[in-house]
Amino acid sequence: MPLVTNFDTVIGLEIHVALLTESKFLCSCKTSFGAPPNSQCCPVCLGLPGTLPLINEKAVEYGAKAGLALGCEIHYFSRFDRKNYFYPDLPKAYQITQDAFPLCTNGFLEYYVDDQLFRTEITRIHLEEEAGKLIHSGQSIVDSEYSLVDYNRAGIPLIEIVTAPDIHHPKQARLFLEQLRLLMRYIGVSDTKMEEGSLRCDANISLKPKGSSVLGTKVEIKNLNSFRALERALEYEELRQSQVLSGGGVVRQESRTWDERAGKTMSMRSKGDAPDYRIFPEPDLPPLNLDPVWVELIAANVPELPLARLRRLERDYGLSRYDATFLVNYPEFCELFFQVAERGLGYEDVVNFLMGDYARLAREKGHLSAERISELLTLVDEGTISQGQAKEVLSSLFSSGLSPREIVQERGLEVVDDPGRLEPVIREVLAANPDLVRRLQDGETKLYGFFVGQVMRATQGKADPEVVHKLLRGELGK
Amino acid sequence: MRQLAHMLDTRQATSREIVTRYLEQIAQQEPQLNAFITVDEDGALLQAEEADRRRAEGRALSPWDGIPIAVKDNISTAGLKTTCASRFLENYRPLFDATVVDNLRQAGLPIIGKTNLDEFAMGSSTEYSAYGVTRNPHDLSRVSGGSSGGSAAAVAAGEAPWALGTDTGGSIRQPASFCGVVGLKPTYGAVSRYGVVALAPSLDQVGPVATTVEDTAILFSLIAGPDRRDASSSEARPFQVPRWDEQFVTGLKIGVPEEFFGEGLDQEVEQAVRKCLAELESRGAVLVPISLATNEYAIDTYLTLVTAEASSCLARYDGVRYGTRVAAADSNTMFSKSRAAGFGSEVKRRIMLGTYVLSASHYEAYYEQAQKVRTLIKRDVLASFEEVDVVITPTTPTPAFRIGAKRNPLEMYLSDLFTAMANLSGIPAISVPCGKDSKGLPLGIQIMASHFQEELLFKVAYMVERGCL
Repeated sequence: MPLVTNFDTVIGLEIHVALLTESKFLCSCKTSFGAPPNSQCCPVCLGLPGTLPLINEKAVEYGAKAGLALGCEIHYFSRFDRKNYFYPDLPKAYQITQDAFPLCTNGFLEYYVDDQLFRTEITRIHLEEEAGKLIHSGQSIVDSEYSLVDYNRAGIPLIEIVTAPDIHHPKQARLFLEQLRLLMRYIGVSDTKMEEGSLRCDANISLKPKGSSVLGTKVEIKNLNSFRALERALEYEELRQSQVLSGGGVVRQESRTWDERAGKTMSMRSKGDAPDYRIFPEPDLPPLNLDPVWVELIAANVPELPLARLRRLERDYGLSRYDATFLVNYPEFCELFFQVAERGLGYEDVVNFLMGDYARLAREKGHLSAERISELLTLVDEGTISQGQAKEVLSSLFSSGLSPREIVQERGLEVVDDPGRLEPVIREVLAANPDLVRRLQDGETKLYGFFVGQVMRATQGKADPEVVHKLLRGELGK
Repeated sequence: MRQLAHMLDTRQATSREIVTRYLEQIAQQEPQLNAFITVDEDGALLQAEEADRRRAEGRALSPWDGIPIAVKDNISTAGLKTTCASRFLENYRPLFDATVVDNLRQAGLPIIGKTNLDEFAMGSSTEYSAYGVTRNPHDLSRVSGGSSGGSAAAVAAGEAPWALGTDTGGSIRQPASFCGVVGLKPTYGAVSRYGVVALAPSLDQVGPVATTVEDTAILFSLIAGPDRRDASSSEARPFQVPRWDEQFVTGLKIGVPEEFFGEGLDQEVEQAVRKCLAELESRGAVLVPISLATNEYAIDTYLTLVTAEASSCLARYDGVRYGTRVAAADSNTMFSKSRAAGFGSEVKRRIMLGTYVLSASHYEAYYEQAQKVRTLIKRDVLASFEEVDVVITPTTPTPAFRIGAKRNPLEMYLSDLFTAMANLSGIPAISVPCGKDSKGLPLGIQIMASHFQEELLFKVAYMVERGCL
C-alpha cells in the first residue's frame, strides 16, 4: 500500500441495509430473495395510479432496534419525505424516505483495528424504500438495446446509516463495515449479504494536509459490492487524490464508480450534474409518532452485542482475543460454546474443539447439539477415549443417530488402563521377545517405546500408553 | 332516491328498467353534453340484472341496490378504463377498485359509466379534458365547471341519478353550482382516497354529487368511513343520514365573511346568496359578520401546494409500465418524449410550476412559505368556528362562463377563489343550488362547517334547499 504521508485521509460511509421483514415497507408483498421476476409485486409497489402506501410496523421496529443497538437517540416523532427522480427501476418516480426528521440520530459503533479500539460516530439512521432491479441486455443502461425490470425488490424496507467523517484508513473503513454487519446480524434485522445487495455501502473520501482542521473536497464512491472492494477503492482513491494534490491539482467534487476489474474508480458525474431531488413531506403518510413504551420494549429485546460479548468471553472465560473473536464472529459456535462450557468442561478445550475439525464438519453438515458435544468431550476428559479416537467418534456423530457413548461401545473404542487386563498382554509380548528384554535390562531403555507399541498393537490401540509404560517398568524391574 | 328505492322495493320497476332508462338518457344527451368518457352499457346492465336477482331472492345489499351511479374518471374501476381524461391513460384499465367504488359495489350500485373531467382533475371547466369539453345542460354554450364537470352535468341532465366526484380546490362544488345540483367536499380523511388518482394528496377528497341534499347525504353515508388502505383516512365513526328537522335552525349562528362578498363577485350571485341568508334569518338563524382575512392568500397557497404535489404524483407516468410510450434511444429521452406526447398543456404547465416551487433554490420561498400560510389559513378558519356554527358564502364568484371565455390560466385559477379554503383547512363544505340568474343559469351557495360536521352541513343545506330555491 502506498504511503500517503503528507495528508490525512477522511472517510465517511453511507450504508444501506435491507431489513429482514416478511412483507415490504409500504405494501404486503413478500420479500423473499430469488423469487421469479415480478412475482412479488402488487399495485402499490408498482406505483399504479391511485395506490397509497402503508407503513409496515415491523420495518419501523427493526429501524429503531438498529438505532438502539448503535446507541442512537430514537425520535418518537419522525416524518416521511418524497425524493423525486426518474429511473426505470423507481415505479413512482419518487422514493419514500426520511429527510428532515429521521428515526434515529447521534449514535456510535466501536470496533477493533489491530487490537486498538476505534469509535465511529453514527450521524443518523433513516427508513426508506428500495427500488426495483434492472437487468441490462448490455453492460449498462446506456449501451443496452433493452433493459428488463424486476420489481420484486421495489419497496423492500431499507435503513440508511450515515457515519460522521471520522474514519481515517481504508482498512478501518472495512473493519467498521464488518463490525456493523455483525451487529445487524446479532440483532436479527438483516441478513446483510453484500453479494445479494442486502448490505450496500457508498464511501465519501477526502484528503487534507496533515494536521489541518479544514476538510478537503470529497469524492463519493459507488458500486462497492464487497468488503474488499470498499478497501481497495478507498486505497485507490486515497492515492489518486494525493497524487492530484501533490501535483498542485484540485480534487473535483464528484461521484465516482468503482470498476472491480480495472481496479480503479471512474468519474460518474460532477457536483453540477447532481440531481435536484425536490424533497418535500410525503402527503400520503402521517408522521410517525412512536409510543415511548413501545420503544422501551424494543430496547429490552436488543440482545448482547458483539463487543460486549467479546469482552465477556475474555473476562469471564479467560479466552484469548483470537479465540473470543472467533466465537463472536460465529454466533452459532458461540451459542454452543456457552452451552457446552456450562457443563463443567475446560473453556479452552471447548473452543479448540469447536475451532478444529468440528468447524469444518459443522459448516458442511450442520451443527451437533450441545449435549452430544459435551458427552464427547467428557469421554476424552475422563480418559475413556483418546484424542485420536475422539476424531473418529466425531465424524460418525454427523452421520449416525447414536450418542458418543453408544458409538464408543459399538466400535469397542475405549481406553484400557486396568492392570488386570493389561498384565497378561505385557507378559505375552515380553515372552515373545526374550532377546530384546535382555538388551533392555542391559540398559537400552529406548526399547520401552518398542514394547509400549507392541502392547498398543495387541490391544488395537485401546491400551493407555502411560499405564502400559508403568506396568512394563514394574515387570522388568523384578 | 327514496322514490326509486321504493319502486324497486315494491317491484314497480326493476333495476334493469331503471338502468335502461338512464342509458337512454345518455344516448339522447351525450352528443350535446359529452359528460361521459366511458359508458359501460353492458357492465351496468349486467350489474342491474344481478341486483334484480338479489332483490327477488330477498337479499338486496342495501335499499339502494340496483340504483345506478356515474363515477368520475379519475377513480379506479377494476377492468373499466380509467383515463383521468388524459391521452396518457387512454387504454389504462385498473387491476383494482378504489375503496369508494368497492363501497358502491357493496351497496349494489351498478356503475353506469365514467364521467369527464379536466385532465388529471387540473382545471375548473373540463376544457382541459383530452376527450372534449362537457357542456352545461342549462346552456350548451357554457362550461359545466370542473374538474368534476362530467359528474355534475350528468346528474343535472338526468343521465345518472347521482355521481361521485373529487374535490381538491373546489372541483365538486364549483361544477355542482354551475349545473344546479348539490355537491359535497367531505372533511379531509372522511372518505378513503385509495384508488383515486392523485392530484394533490394533502387536499384531494372524493365526494357525492346529487340533485337533492338528502340524496347527497345518502351517497355520502355509503362512502364515508375509515379505510385501512389509506393512512390519511380518519377513524371517524360512519356517517348516518340525519332526520330532517326545520326547527334546529333557530339560534343557529351563521358566519358571513365579508371578504367573500367584495370585488369581483357577480351581483346576481350576491343577491341570491343574500336573499337566502335573509330567508334563514327569518327562520330564526343569527347572521354573524365575520372575517376570514387569510382567504386573500388561499389561491396562491393552493396553487403552490397543488402544483408541487401534482408534479411529484404525475412523475410516475413515464411510459415504463403502462400508458403512452414513445420509443427513444435512451431511457431519459423515452421519458420526456412519452410525457410530451401524453400530457396536455395545463398538466405540463402545473408540472413545471410544481417542479419550480420544489427545486432546491426556490423551496423555501414557495413551497415552505405556502405550508406556513396554510397553517395560518387553517387557524383562521378554525377560529371562526369558535364563534359560529357554519359559514356561508357564494360557491363561485360568477355563474357558469362561456366555453373558451377564460384563455388566461390565472383567470381560470380564480374560479376556486371561494372554495380552496375548505381544502386547505380540511373542513367539509357543500354547494347547494340557490336559484338562477336572469339568464336562467343556476347559482350556488356554499356552506362550510368544522371538521367532521357533515351532519350539520346537510341540515343547513336542507333548509337552504327548502327555503331558497
